[in-house]
Amino acid sequence: MADRDTTKAPTAGALALADVEPVPGVPKPDPILVVDKVKRSFGGLTAVNVDHLELQRGAITSLIGPNGAGKTTFFNLMTGFDRPDTGTWHFDGHDLANVSAYKVARYGMVRTFQLTKALTRLSVMENMKLGATGQRGERILASLIPGIWKAQEAEIEERAEELLVRFKMDHMRDELGGELSGGQRKLLEMARALMVEPSMVMLDEPMAGVNPALTQSLLEHVKDLPSFDMTVLFVEHDMDVVMDISDWVVVMAQGRIIAEGPPAAVAANEEVIDAYIGKGHGDESRFTPTPLAGAPVSAAVEEVAPPSADEGAEDLADGGADLDGPAEGAGPADEQPGGRA
Amino acid sequence: MDVLITILADGVNSAIGPTAVVFALAAIGLNVHYGYTGLLNFGQVGFMLVGAYGLAITVSIWEQPLWVGVIAGILASTLLALLLGLPTLRLRADYLAISTIAAAEILRFVFRSSPATPFTGGPFGIPSQVGGSGYTQTWNALNPFPQGRYGIGWLTFSHTRLWATIVGWSIVLLVVLVVWLLMRSPWGRVLKSIREDEDAARALGKNVFAYKMQALILGGVLGGMAGMMLAISQAAIAPDQFLPQLTFFAYTVLIMGGAATIWGPVVGSLLFWFLIASVERALIISDVMPSGTIGPTRLAFVGILLVLLMAFRPQGLLGNKREMVLDG
Amino acid sequence: MAASLRVLTSIATLLLATLAMLASLVAPAAAASDPAPTLLAQEGGEQVRGTLNDGEGDPLEGVQLSVTTPDGEAVGDATSGDDGTWAVDLPGPGDYVVTLDTSTLPDGVELRDPERDTLEVSVNTGQQRTLLFPFGEGGQVSSLGQRLTTAAFSGVQFGLIIAIAAIGLSLIFGTTGLVNFAHGELVTFGAIVAWFLNAPSGTGLGVQLIIAGAIAVVITALLGGGIELGLWRPLRRRRTGLIQMLVITIGLSLALRFGMQIVFGGSSRPYFDYTIQQRISIGWLAITPRDLIVSLIAAATLVGVATMLQRTRIGKAMRAVSDNRDLAESSGIDVQRVVLFVWVMGAGLAGFGGVLNGVVENVNYLLGFRLLLLMFAAVILGGLGTAYGAMFGAIVVGLVTEISTVFFSTELKFVWALFVLIIILLVRPQGLLGRKERIG
Repeated sequence: MADRDTTKAPTAGALALADVEPVPGVPKPDPILVVDKVKRSFGGLTAVNVDHLELQRGAITSLIGPNGAGKTTFFNLMTGFDRPDTGTWHFDGHDLANVSAYKVARYGMVRTFQLTKALTRLSVMENMKLGATGQRGERILASLIPGIWKAQEAEIEERAEELLVRFKMDHMRDELGGELSGGQRKLLEMARALMVEPSMVMLDEPMAGVNPALTQSLLEHVKDLPSFDMTVLFVEHDMDVVMDISDWVVVMAQGRIIAEGPPAAVAANEEVIDAYIGKGHGDESRFTPTPLAGAPVSAAVEEVAPPSADEGAEDLADGGADLDGPAEGAGPADEQPGGRA
Repeated sequence: MDVLITILADGVNSAIGPTAVVFALAAIGLNVHYGYTGLLNFGQVGFMLVGAYGLAITVSIWEQPLWVGVIAGILASTLLALLLGLPTLRLRADYLAISTIAAAEILRFVFRSSPATPFTGGPFGIPSQVGGSGYTQTWNALNPFPQGRYGIGWLTFSHTRLWATIVGWSIVLLVVLVVWLLMRSPWGRVLKSIREDEDAARALGKNVFAYKMQALILGGVLGGMAGMMLAISQAAIAPDQFLPQLTFFAYTVLIMGGAATIWGPVVGSLLFWFLIASVERALIISDVMPSGTIGPTRLAFVGILLVLLMAFRPQGLLGNKREMVLDG
Repeated sequence: MAASLRVLTSIATLLLATLAMLASLVAPAAAASDPAPTLLAQEGGEQVRGTLNDGEGDPLEGVQLSVTTPDGEAVGDATSGDDGTWAVDLPGPGDYVVTLDTSTLPDGVELRDPERDTLEVSVNTGQQRTLLFPFGEGGQVSSLGQRLTTAAFSGVQFGLIIAIAAIGLSLIFGTTGLVNFAHGELVTFGAIVAWFLNAPSGTGLGVQLIIAGAIAVVITALLGGGIELGLWRPLRRRRTGLIQMLVITIGLSLALRFGMQIVFGGSSRPYFDYTIQQRISIGWLAITPRDLIVSLIAAATLVGVATMLQRTRIGKAMRAVSDNRDLAESSGIDVQRVVLFVWVMGAGLAGFGGVLNGVVENVNYLLGFRLLLLMFAAVILGGLGTAYGAMFGAIVVGLVTEISTVFFSTELKFVWALFVLIIILLVRPQGLLGRKERIG
């Protein structure tokens, strides 16, 4: 798949983290997100149980782990889309416990979703413009008088246009969101998140379901983000991608952080390999509840994708397999580009 | 040929009459809810009820002027939207659907009950003039047209009907203008994004709850205005006029014309009442069924129409096919 | 923000509650005399009626009764027949005064409470209100305890019927995500089919009610299966959106409801078996054998359904699909088949609920639609999509509905049940037994 550029220059983020010891919960020199004792369980199943985690400002951190490790739940908790049972976390000085999702976004922490949320019946340009914050025309009374918001709207459109050019999507500005291919939607969602002008971007499996041609382009955009003063946390399955672009890797299994460190150190970590292999073989039953037994299936199974269980293990084992992420639920629309791309 | 003209004349008369105005307003309200924001309000008739009663109680029972009654009707529908929205707008869409239809029925039961009779007239409702000047009387007093009949050929109006028609459709045009201004603005863009995926809107920093509430109030007030038009045009209201099927008429109107389009509800209402009235007249003339069954036949016909529209032409007359195929 | 909204919400609830209380405390006043014109629909068939007996089980014949409005305008008269029954048709819902002419009573028979020769009643839309004039010794006027016991029994009975009808609604939602607004019409359909089978030849087939009911259940089940195969399955195959399908259920409900009105007419009619029965007293409870048997049958049916869900393969599959459709599908369950089964079973049960309700009350084309909102209340109370939740919620709704009549006006009895629904949505939207869903 991607050619691994082994001779790349170390990024600012990697330099800052060079002296940090690779143990779970280790403090970082300049953390933007600090998580303490965040716990969330569904029924009897603990989905997330993070004792302490810090994320370095300006670095690209990837979050990996087998299916059902609690990565998406962790994302939901951090961004206010779910509430933990206990725990606190601070983002850029803001206490985010009990803060609504929309306020989290306004503080500058913006997320994307594993199942892309391109707004189907809005055009690409409208999708983009929606991302801008502080719009005067978004207040109901002001919206009635175009004079109040027309000038700002023009500025926003200009900014959106620039981003679309950067993401090479400017030729499809009038397409509807629903007419894009799966990969284009991922691109659009990322570009739209940047319209918020965030200080931290949280990407949930940005490469899942994207065809190889677009993957490279997406990767480049992610790698670019720190140069725009943005911190990145992303969930990824493909170890190749993780090794390529991250400054730091955090590994989750069964809701806990079991390891963190620079990519190379993590790849060599025994516990990490165990977690992946264990998931694929010895411990499978725990991740595949049998509904016929009649026990209520916990909501946490939402992360359990249809059983392509070995993907993580294979990734680690041969380091080069080209694997799809979990299948997107949206169906055919994701496979084929829209009618007249 | 004469028969055909009679049927068509009935249709046209009904299509431009006050009932079509009432349903155009109610359907524009639903368009704000369902078409633009994706809110499933199945109790639009509840908003019509509180609007109508707000007006009638204020003017007929408390003997206030008409404009105070109109304000009371608007406030009553706003209050209902707040009461309904606070608990349900954070929940999945079907919860709003069930609680709105339940609330509308609660209101009808309460308004027709004997404990409420001093205010609502119980099952018999409130005629325009109990005391005071009367809401319909005040309305008619504003009529600049001298008494007589106006129109050409088979299409003629009494002066009161002409007055109601002109003012009614002017209000509809004004409302259409306001909705158009709102929906082309960034505010409207946020509503549409909530319809598509409210989590996406939230992730972009939009206060989804507040927008949904604003939309619920706006659409609800339009429902209340529909109720007030109904009261004025009939010179009386009774709780059993506000049966749940009225909401579904409004849905049929909206979907027929095209949800999420500016003119959809208006065109839908014209067409819907044209069809209803001509079908009814045709049934009466053809004498194929006893007169008692014409009412239910008409209602069953609306039901079948709604099923067929939703299954085969969900975008309605004015909707965009390109958008509809994307509906997940 | 979140906290202040929560406060606002509770204030709103309190306000609503207080308003409702106040409304029910205000003394009833005279209703206006002319009915206002109605725009789109009228319900009908209101009646007051009763059966007079001398307190020892013998009917009283030839007793005269008159009905007036509270203003004293005459509405109608009746004389009791040789079986003691009498009935007066009413012009519409509202308040009425029924007076029994004590001078027409046979010698030696007196009202238990001589003051109670005049009863004030309020009649709901489409209601056949049965009035009781007690004669003879028979014990004291019913105490609060007696009234509560009787109301509680009716509540449980009503709840069991709602539960039977609502299981399908809940399972259909659980397996397909569809909120079926036409479910009430399946209930009506069962009741009306049974009526036509039961009606004497000329109108119907004259089949005994129990057999008629059984056939009606089978026919309703087939209708449910037909709707799934002929409508929903093709629509799902065309990837029609859930909201779109929900609006289709509404169209379907209008078409079915008023289609049935065309066939059955607007009035309420009883079945032809088990109509007149003597009450038997068990402690504080006075009850007809018919009501007792209906309750027992209903309870047995629910136990049967629960056993089936718990023990049989298809029952387990239904629960599995309800729980997590994708997971069930990926573990090899034929979801389409399960959904078809849910529709057949759910519709059959709905039809059965309709028959039972028709036996206890009367058959009317609005029977199911009136139950629909209570079914929603039951299903949400118990937790959408769970079969046991629906059963539990239904009993609560039934009890609330009936027990409220002991303390408040009968006209408002459904309001209390719907009110409970809204309260539940406020404080515990996932239902009393439901799992917490991740929302907003």
